[in-house]
Order: sequence, then structure tokens, then C-alpha cells
Amino acid sequence: MNTHSHAVRGLDRALVLKAVADSFRKLSPRLQFRNPVMFVVFVCSVLTTLLWVQAVAGHGEAPAGFIFWVGVWLWFTLLFANFAEALAEGRGKAQAAALRSSRKDVVAKRLAAAERNAAITFVPSSELRAGHYVLVEAGDPVPGDGEVVAGAASVDESAITGESAPVIRESGGDRSAVTGGTKVLSDWLVVRITRNPGESFLDRMIAMVEGAARRKTPNEIALTILLAKFTLIFLLACATLLPYSIYSVQAAGQGHPITLTVLVALLVCLIPTTIGALLSAIGIAGMDRMIRANVIATSGRAVEAAGDVDVLLLDKTGTITLGNRQAVAFHAAPGVEERRLAEAAQLASLADETPEGRSVVVLAKERFGLREHALEALHAQFVPFSAQTRMSGVDIGRRRIRKGALDAVERHLESRGSHLPPMVKRMAEDVARRGATPLVVAEDDAALGVIELKDIVKGGIKERFAEMRRMGIKTVMITGDNPLTAAAIAAEAGVDDFLAEATPETKLKLIRDIQSENRLVAMCGDGTNDAPALAQADVAVAMNTGTQAAKEAGNMVDLDSNPTKLIEVVEIGKQMLITRGALTTFSIANDIAKYFAIIPAAFATTYPALDALNVMRLATPQSAILSAVIFNALIIVFLIPLALKGVKYRALGAGALLRRNLLVYGLGGIAVPFVGIKLIDMLLVLLGLA
Amino acid sequence: MTANDCLQVGLFLAVLLLLVKPMGAYMARVFADAPNRVTRFGARAERGIYRLCGVDPAEDMGWKRYALAMLAFNVLGLLAVYALQRLQPWLPLNPQHFGAVSPDSAMNTAISFASNTNWQGYAGESTMSYLTQMLGLAVQNFLSAATGIAVLVAVVRGFVRRSAQGLGNFWVDLVRGTLYVLLPLSLLMALLLVSQGVVQNFKPYVDVPLVQASSYTETLKDAAGNARKDAAGHALTREVAVTAQTLPMGPAASQIAIKQLGTNGGGFFNANSAHPFENPTPFSNFVEMLAIFLIPGGLCLTFGHMVGDRRQGWALLATMLLIFVPLALGAVAAEQAGNPALHALAVDAHASALQAGGNMEGKETRFGIVSSGLFAAITTAASCGAVNAMHDSLTPLGGLVPMWLMQLGEVVFGGVGSGLYGMLAFAVVAVFIAGLMVGRTPEYLGKKIEAHEMKMASLAVLLPCALVVICTAVAVLVPAGVAGIANPGAHGFSEVLYAVSSASNNNGSAFGGLSANTPFWNVLLGLCMFFARFPLAIAMLAMAGSLAAKRHVPESAGTLPTHTPLFVVLLACVVIVVGALTFLPALALGPIAEYLMSGH
Repeated sequence: MNTHSHAVRGLDRALVLKAVADSFRKLSPRLQFRNPVMFVVFVCSVLTTLLWVQAVAGHGEAPAGFIFWVGVWLWFTLLFANFAEALAEGRGKAQAAALRSSRKDVVAKRLAAAERNAAITFVPSSELRAGHYVLVEAGDPVPGDGEVVAGAASVDESAITGESAPVIRESGGDRSAVTGGTKVLSDWLVVRITRNPGESFLDRMIAMVEGAARRKTPNEIALTILLAKFTLIFLLACATLLPYSIYSVQAAGQGHPITLTVLVALLVCLIPTTIGALLSAIGIAGMDRMIRANVIATSGRAVEAAGDVDVLLLDKTGTITLGNRQAVAFHAAPGVEERRLAEAAQLASLADETPEGRSVVVLAKERFGLREHALEALHAQFVPFSAQTRMSGVDIGRRRIRKGALDAVERHLESRGSHLPPMVKRMAEDVARRGATPLVVAEDDAALGVIELKDIVKGGIKERFAEMRRMGIKTVMITGDNPLTAAAIAAEAGVDDFLAEATPETKLKLIRDIQSENRLVAMCGDGTNDAPALAQADVAVAMNTGTQAAKEAGNMVDLDSNPTKLIEVVEIGKQMLITRGALTTFSIANDIAKYFAIIPAAFATTYPALDALNVMRLATPQSAILSAVIFNALIIVFLIPLALKGVKYRALGAGALLRRNLLVYGLGGIAVPFVGIKLIDMLLVLLGLA
Repeated sequence: MTANDCLQVGLFLAVLLLLVKPMGAYMARVFADAPNRVTRFGARAERGIYRLCGVDPAEDMGWKRYALAMLAFNVLGLLAVYALQRLQPWLPLNPQHFGAVSPDSAMNTAISFASNTNWQGYAGESTMSYLTQMLGLAVQNFLSAATGIAVLVAVVRGFVRRSAQGLGNFWVDLVRGTLYVLLPLSLLMALLLVSQGVVQNFKPYVDVPLVQASSYTETLKDAAGNARKDAAGHALTREVAVTAQTLPMGPAASQIAIKQLGTNGGGFFNANSAHPFENPTPFSNFVEMLAIFLIPGGLCLTFGHMVGDRRQGWALLATMLLIFVPLALGAVAAEQAGNPALHALAVDAHASALQAGGNMEGKETRFGIVSSGLFAAITTAASCGAVNAMHDSLTPLGGLVPMWLMQLGEVVFGGVGSGLYGMLAFAVVAVFIAGLMVGRTPEYLGKKIEAHEMKMASLAVLLPCALVVICTAVAVLVPAGVAGIANPGAHGFSEVLYAVSSASNNNGSAFGGLSANTPFWNVLLGLCMFFARFPLAIAMLAMAGSLAAKRHVPESAGTLPTHTPLFVVLLACVVIVVGALTFLPALALGPIAEYLMSGH
């Protein structure tokens, strides 16, 4: 979504300003109540404010200035949390606004029947219902999601995909889906509307990016329960500290009981505010990363499931290999010069406009400098490929050059009373074993040799698969090729397994088989015949160029229509979970330092000996408590970029990944606050606030 | 730490590790679904018991039914023990003619023994008839331990079974645990103890003349129980000469065997394992220490067998040892270091050939520093609660160790069965956090950990913590609670904190010092013991019920391995961090303040 991300980047300043305004708006108790951790902070902030008012009135339990600063930083803690969420939402909202502008109500040409020449009535697009037919001509916006039933046209889909090059949409086949909000540039289409207003793809997309459709995912709910549990433990531990302190003062015969302000400060420092504040931002940012990868997920659940995927099903063509096979070698029959084979092959391919045909011409030119002949000058007659002969070729005068599959050419020669030399047959089989496709070239009744057509495996794909394997994800290549060819390509690309001679049925069966072992399957597809498999798969990415049926069946749509994106989707899913886990660990690990700051300070008057625990040598009890509170608030701000960007995902095994993240976020979480709190304390002393 | 300290601790651990392996394998057979050599051996006895009780051993109970059977059975047992104590004057085998136990004390004791806590507000030899001890307390020692094992086995089945409704049959698990595990081991151990001099008889108490007569000073009291004072306001006293001693008797060995093996800890005599008739020799002490860890340690490996991956069992055992060993060594070191107040007086407290050195206050000379410090750590790491030294007399840090071991939730070995299912709750929490950090929806042993499991595991972790902090707060606020405290200052606070921690984690050991046989303390601690035991077990059964219904997720390179040293360290950290974060403020006001003020 290049154009959108440019727009978003330009909006950064405005986004931040808006997020600041939103962070105040989100202070409403109703919104705060949804997050148990932050709700506790909210109550604590209100309580501290009341204590301050009491202190100002002259009945304070502690100096009004101290209560004031604690209160101020508690409110900041809340505002920072709101800011993180608002910032995460802001990006999506900006995108939604851009999308919404393309959802203007337009006048549609409704047809009485599914024919171009049927009677036209002009209706607003908001009145179109599923099953209506409309005519869309050059310059018209497409009034709603639908299926092309007649015509072919170039369509500008940049409003949805951000891709400025127009795409062809035509009736029948896999390119028949049109999306409301796109624009027909040339020719015309008759479209059967498939969606009622408000349910269109654009509507769903806006809802998704805006976060309106965002509900807590299962894993988020489980984490919230854990955080609520920690909050409850700390609430109890802090609340009971007051009676303990009252008793200890009596027992020790000195000092004052702990003040409410200090208890509240201790509580807010201990409860996992860092992850509590950033939890929803992490979820929203995860969806946002999907959107920036140009993938629209229909739910957060789908994104989360992507992280759990065990098996990836990948189509060979377009995903693992470049779209088309290319000629890479000529293998001449015994007694035939390679140059002669090359020349014949080139002649036979001159009129062949398929990429394979073009590659034969190019190879002949590269190898022997054979120039392309003009077919007219040769008085040649092109023999196109037919389903009966399964060969194509050219007739020049009396020369009859043919190229085709091994069995086709063999039959051709036998029909002419000749036969295919066993050597050529062996050569062809060798080529097939290597995973390439042999094309046998024959002139008149002699076989000249074999052209080797090869699938070109995409650069870097093997490394990606090796990464997948380290992550514990199995890759399966799906191809219509025969098992021999499939095996060779599978080996070259480094996939774990393959399904050869795949049909929609075998694909569906494969998915069911894998799922019956309780593994999660991800796949991508575009054709209508992929729809059943897409519907069955746990994570199904439909190509935006695909049919409406495919898009309906999938739970994500890739606007770039790039099947390799599946790998990225998995990584984003994992990254979201890792970010949550890392910040939870960090948040809890932080508490250790905060105890060392607050406990000696809280009981300084009762048990002065506890000052031995003040390992950071913080200046005064008040500066110690204030430093911990300030650190607790500021760490949220410092971690906002991490929450939005996500913890960097590394393709490591689970053990190595855990070790790494525990070191960074666990040990780091223990060490960082010691340094941070000490620095803040020194600063407070400098400013004379201690 | 002296070489002797390390040697004794090392020897204990070595023998323990040798014993838990066969023990774990044996118990896996006892609780296996399929019949095997072990269960065929007692099949006839089992069938007889089921027929007698009208139980269908083939019934596969869902978690709710399992929990209901467990709860009903234990409440009935609780009521029976209550009735026995109240009715003992009219029942046989009461040679000392003890009267009925007071209602609050009787209820406290009934809950205490049903919940495998075995907190004792009473003194055995001056309260309970032989019948009450044998029929009430000893029986509950067996049944509460068997209940713990049964619940654990059901919880483990939750991980093992796939797309299943049932968790097994409570009655079968209960009978098998008693018949195949607890009874034979107790028999063996009782014989060992008798060989060392533990008493086992029905004789009345014996009066013997003292070899060396002594005397003590008694404060004179008036009819209302107040001290009588002379004109100057000084209390009136008189010297009392003591020439004879009463030796308590009774069927002690049979009860002490199961007291140790079932991590019960309720002594036959008031002095518990410090009493020479309960724990006469260093050897009997060694056996008693081993007996505490034998079944909880073995169950870890049983767990490994049952889930089909022994490494999982070793990992949990390693986690427990990782927490236990440093703390035990810490306790021994603190006791060996002695009392700084005595150092200041130039008292030689160093260990030498002639003396144990260190802090010998409240310890038996036949056990010395190490066997007392180690026993204290073992009895509180496991939720046994038997004591062979007075915990009130431990040094501040030496006393912190047992207190904190209980506060960790009794999951470091813990009670038989209950310790391991508590540890499994922690493992679920650890797996959840760690699972997130490797980017997958967390799963443990192939079962996905989702909101419901998280809720139940959190409840299990939270409940004991909440009981400790809340009930301690109640106790120090209410005059009736404060009235029982013996010592001033931080040590007095420790006494309260220890007692509540002990009851709320079903340990049952007492710090001492606290006069807890009052209506207030009996009720408060009774509530703690009940709510720590049964709701927690039910929460774990609920979790197991939902786990059993789940499908099994096959392992891949992306699955978090839960048998590695890394996971062991992580799990230990989760247990320690939860324990530290919850209790550090309270501990700071108790043992930590005491330690820092005692001149270190």
C-alpha cells in the first residue's frame, strides 16, 4: 500500500498530536474499566488526588508537595498508556479515512438483465443489493463488490491495493472479481453485485484497520487473566501492608505507619503496568503491520493463528518458482549437431508467444548467435499447439518441424513410420528426473534432440524455507507436475514435502489429513477451485487478484497478490505473541528493583535497619518512592516504539529463542530499573525535588 | 559451612535420588489404566473393598464428579474426627481418661488432619486418647495423603488423555494409593522406627523417679487466675520440687511412619520429632527426613512415566531441587553461623570436635546443627510440618528459610500429590509466559494453554498467597490475634506470619511462641487450612477436566521444550519471583528486620 504509507508517514506529526488529544479523552472510567491493570492505576490516581486535596487543606498524611508529585506521575502513567493505544489506533484511522474517501456514494447504471444492452436505470450505489446487475463503462467507478459476468476491462485498483498499474478484469476464470471503489479505465464490464451495502470488502477493510471490529483474541484474554491475577496478588500484598505496618509500629515502639500515598505508589509500581499499558497497542500494531504488508486480515484471531501454523502449503508456480519455465539447454540426438537442433527449435518457437517459446528463441540466440528470422520472409506456416497433437511447430516449404512432449512426439514419429531413438528417450527421461521438462524436437521423421525447460526457483527461497524449518514449520509444495519433476524441484527449493499432480480434491484431502494430526495449516490461493481448500485451512490468504469465492473463503486477503507473503504473515503472527511475552517478562522483572527502592523507604521510620536494602543508595525515602513511580511511568513511553514495531523476530528454534528473549527481557528487566531509578533519583536531587 | 555440613546434606540428596527413581516407576504402575503386575497382585483385595463400599471401579468420572467425591469423602472424614474427639471420654482406649476436646480445637484439628496440614493446637500426650489418635488422626494421615495423590493422578490424566471426558475414578485412585503405596511403606517404616526405640503400645503413662531431682518457681494465682501480689506489688511465688517424671506411651511408631511418609507432620507427642520416643536416633532422623521427600519426589517421576516422557518428570524434580538445595544450605549455614549476640560476648560458637557450634538453642544435641537445619528445610519444603527442633529458636535467616519455603506455595516437593499439582499450576503459568516469548500459543505436554487453564492455574497460585496476606492482616489487627504473640517486635510478627503461612499452605509446622489454642486462632487457622486445600484441588481438577477434553498438539521445532535446563531455571524463577514479590514486604517486617537489627 505504497501510496497509503506515504500518506501515513506525512501524517506522523498530526498523528502524534491527535494521539495526545486522544490520551486525555481515553481517561473516561468506562474505557479504563476494560483493562484491569490500568483501572487499578486509575483508582489509585483518583485516590492520590483526593489525598493531595486533603493535604492542601492541612490534614495531610504526608507533605502536600510529595503527594502532588506522586499524583502527577500516576496520572502520567495513565496518559502514557492511553497515548500508546491512541498512537497505534491512529495509523489505522488515517488509513481508514483514505479508504473511506473511495467509498463515495456513486450513481450506478443498473441493468434489467445480465446483458450489456439491457435497459439501464440510474440508482445510487447505496441502493444496490446482492444479485443486481450493473454496467460499468470506461471512467466509471465500480459501485460495489461483484463478479464480472460479461466483458473485459482494465481497472485501476490503486484505491485498494496502492498499486498504480491497472489490472485486467474479465468474465469467467480467476480474474472475474471486482471491488467497489475501484475504477474502470477502458472498455466495459457487466457486473453482478454480490454484496449488500455495508458488507463490502471496503467496508470490512475500513472496520478492520480502524479497529472497530477488534475484539480481544483468545491469547490476549488468557494474558489479561494472568495480569489480573498478578494485579490482585499485589493489591492484596500492598493493602495488607497497612495493618502489618500499624502492628510493627506498635511492636517496635517507634515510627509511623506507612502512608496511603506510599502504599498507592508501591501498588502502582508493582502491578504490571508496562505490559498492561501496552497490551492493546501491541495487538493493534500487529494488525497494522499486516496492513502495511498489504495483507488485510478479517480478524485478530487469524493473525494470532498465523503464529501457530505448523504446515505451510505453497503453490509451486509463482511462489517457489518464477511463473514460467525457461529453456536452459539443448541436448542433441546422437549424430545431430547441437546447432542444428537449436536452429530447428528456434524456428519451431518463433511464432510461439508463450514464455516457454520465447525462452527457446532467446536461448538459441545466446548459445549460437542465431538471429530471429521473420516468419513471413521464410514463407513459413505456424502450426499452433492443439489438444489433439499436443505439439506445436512450423512448416517451411517441405520441412516440418515439431516440438512437444516425449509421448506426443513419439506418437507423431510412429505415425510417419519412423521411431524415436532410445538415446533420445533416455535423454528426455534424464531431463525429467532433474525436475525439468523435456521438449522433444523432430524434423520430418527424425528426432533432433531435446530442449530442457526448467523451472527457475526463486532466489533466496531456499533460505526462507530453512528458516521455516528452524521455526518448526513444515513446508509443502503443491504442484500439478508429475511426482518425478515435483521431487526434483522440491529438492532444489528445499521444501520438506510436496504434493504432485495436485487437484482441488487432493489439496483439500491433504489439508484435512494434516489437520487430523492437530496441526494448523496455512495456504494461499486465488482460483475458485481453491475456495474449498481455503475454507478448510486454518490460515488462508486469498490473492486480491483472485475470485470473489476465494476471497470469501480465506481469512486474509493479500492486496499484492504475492504468494510468498504467507511467510511474512506467519512471522508477523509470531512477532505479536513474542512482543506480548517479552513485555510481560520485562514488566514483572522490573518489580525486583522497585522493591529495593520502596521497601526501605516505606519503613524507614519503623525499622531504620532496613536501609541496608537501599542498595541503590537513593537520597531520601521520598525521592526513592518518587523515582520508582517516575521510572514506572517513563518506561511505558520508552517501550512504545517496541510495542508498535514489535520485538524483532529471529528464525531460531524455540529453545534458542526463549534463551535469547529471557536474557534480554528477563535479565534486562531486572537490571534496567536499578539504573533508571538511580538516575532519576540523582536528577531529583539535582532539581532540589528530593 | 563445614565439611560435615556438606557431607550430611550431600548424603541425604544422594540417597534420596537413588530411592525416588524406583519409587516413581512403581507408582506409575499403581496408577496405570491398564492392569499390570503390581495391580494384579492386590486385585482381589481391591475388588473386595469396592464390593463392600458399593463402588463401580469401572466408572470414569468427569472432573466435577471426581471433585465432588473427593470433597464429600474428606468432609465426612473431617466430621468423623471431630466426633471422635468430642466423644472420647465415653469411648475405649483412653487410659489417661482425657476429657472431650473443646469444640473449636476439635474442629481445628479435624480440618487440620483432613487437609493434610496437621497443624496441632493441642498437645497430643495430654489431650488425645489412644483411640482418637489411632482411629481419627492416624486414619486421616493415610486418607488425606491418598487424597492428594489421587487428585494429582487425575490432574496428570488431564494432560495425558486426549479428547476425553473422564479423569479416572476417585475411589480406585484412593484405594490404590493407600493399598499399594502408603500402607506397605508405612509398615516398613514403622518397623524401622521401632528398631530405633520409638514406642508402640497401649500402656498407660509411666511415672519414673528422676535421677537428678530439680525444682522450679511457680507464680501463685488467686481464684480468678490472676497473679497474687504482696503489699509491695511483687508477685507471690513458691518453689516446687520435681522428683518424678511421667513418660507418655502409646501406639506411636505406626502413626509416625505415615506422619512422615504422607507429609502429614502431626506428632503423636507435642514435641513432635524432637521427642525421643518419636525420633530417638540420628538414624531414625535420617529415615524420617528421607520419608518426607520419598513420595513427593517419586511422584515427579511418576508424572514423567504417565505423560510418556520421563524427561518431563526429571525436569520438575530438578526444578524442586534447584530451589530446595540453596535454601536448605542457607538455613544450615545461618544456624551454623550462630547468634551474633553471643559472638559479642566472646562465646565460642565454632564447630569443633567437641561441639556442634552455631545456634544450638531449641535443638536436640543428638541431631546437632545440620540435621536440625536440614530437617527444618525439608519439613517446610514438603508440606510435612513435623519438626525436630524449635523453629522459634532458629536465627532470623534460619527461620526465614522454612517460612518462605511454605510461602512459595508448598510446591517444592510439597504435600504428597498436592505439591506436584501445585507445581503444575506454576508450570502452566511459566509455559504461558515462555510460550509467548517463542511466538506460539503456549502449550504444555501437547495441550494448548488457553483462558480457562490460565484462570484455574492462576487461582491455584493466587489462593494460598491471598490467604496468607489477608489472614496475617486480620490476626495483627484483632486483639484476640495479637494476644497470642509471645515475643515483642519483629520476631512477634514472624510468629504470626509463620503460623498463618503454615496453615494456608497446609504445612502444619509451628514456629512456636504463638499461643494458638484459642477460639480465635483455631477458627482463623481452620478456615485457612480448609480453603487452601479443597478449592485449590478443585481448581486443578477443573483445569484437568478442560485439558483432558482437548486434542493433542504434536511437537515441532517451534514447540517450547519443557524438559531442558532452561525451562527448569525459568520455572524455578517463576516460583521464586511470585513468592518473593508477594511476601517480601511482610518478610521485611519480620525476619529481615530482625536479622538486620540483630547486629550483622
